Amino acid sequence: MTHDHDSHSAVPFAGTPDCERALAEVYTFLDQELNDAERAEIMAHLEACSPCFEAFDFEAELRMVITTKTHSVEFPDSLRIRIEEKLTYLRIQGSAGSGSDNGGDPGREA
Amino acid sequence: MADQDAFAEQAMEYMPQLYSTALRMTHNASDAEDLVQETYLKAYRGFAGFEQGTNLRAWMFRILTNTYINSYRSKKRRPNETELDDVEDFYLYRRMGGLEAATASRSAEDELMDYFTDADVQAAIDALPESYRLAVLLSDVEGLSYKEIAEDLDIPIGTVMSRLHRGRKALQKQLHDFALERGLTDAVPEAP
Repeated sequence: MTHDHDSHSAVPFAGTPDCERALAEVYTFLDQELNDAERAEIMAHLEACSPCFEAFDFEAELRMVITTKTHSVEFPDSLRIRIEEKLTYLRIQGSAGSGSDNGGDPGREA
Repeated sequence: MADQDAFAEQAMEYMPQLYSTALRMTHNASDAEDLVQETYLKAYRGFAGFEQGTNLRAWMFRILTNTYINSYRSKKRRPNETELDDVEDFYLYRRMGGLEAATASRSAEDELMDYFTDADVQAAIDALPESYRLAVLLSDVEGLSYKEIAEDLDIPIGTVMSRLHRGRKALQKQLHDFALERGLTDAVPEAP
């Protein structure tokens, strides 16, 4: 943990013990990994402390940018077709004899 | 009680997500296609072992990640690698957090959307050492939980958290370096 909060003055950090506790949980908060009580505690702090709110907000928006900018991959439909064909082949093979471990499965459709 | 016929109905919808992750892992469309195909074939064969009602998406990602680690990673990437430099917390916010104030009315998200291209974000992720890169991909890009990532990578949850923490800070530093190179961050104070 670094505490050189003054090394870059572009943004403020209030730096109270409550702030330290909240800031340390920014990722667990954004990752939805806190329990309800922990989450409520952070939310209460963020409502009361605008410097921490700004910092959390920035991280949340950065996350959104990262997610958005990495989801523009074009999916090749030929791959779906290829995989479906292979699976169909395996299915036909499976039901044709060698008897897989599913004996009488009720969900069979085709 | 999973039967293989149900597999195709349930699992096909995840293919684009799996492909996009595979592409980011392998950096190669042909390897990514093979990786996704292998993932589906393995999943089909093992589907009887999948517990219905649990998270199929997470299960598919686990197979994808395992297959990648076992078969593809060795081709180009070394499984272990240099440690990351220690980067301060909120690295980017300290340097770019004040931007929206300067231009009023625009949100930080709008600013960041304009600052960084898709290629920047991809390059910044790619620049991470492999173990950090995988954790960041699975979390920030695919939204898996710590527990799911821990199972996929076969590491403790605490290790997932520290890799994410350090990986994200390094990612921020890389993004900032891109911005500096282009002279985009004129609003940023000089480091002492």
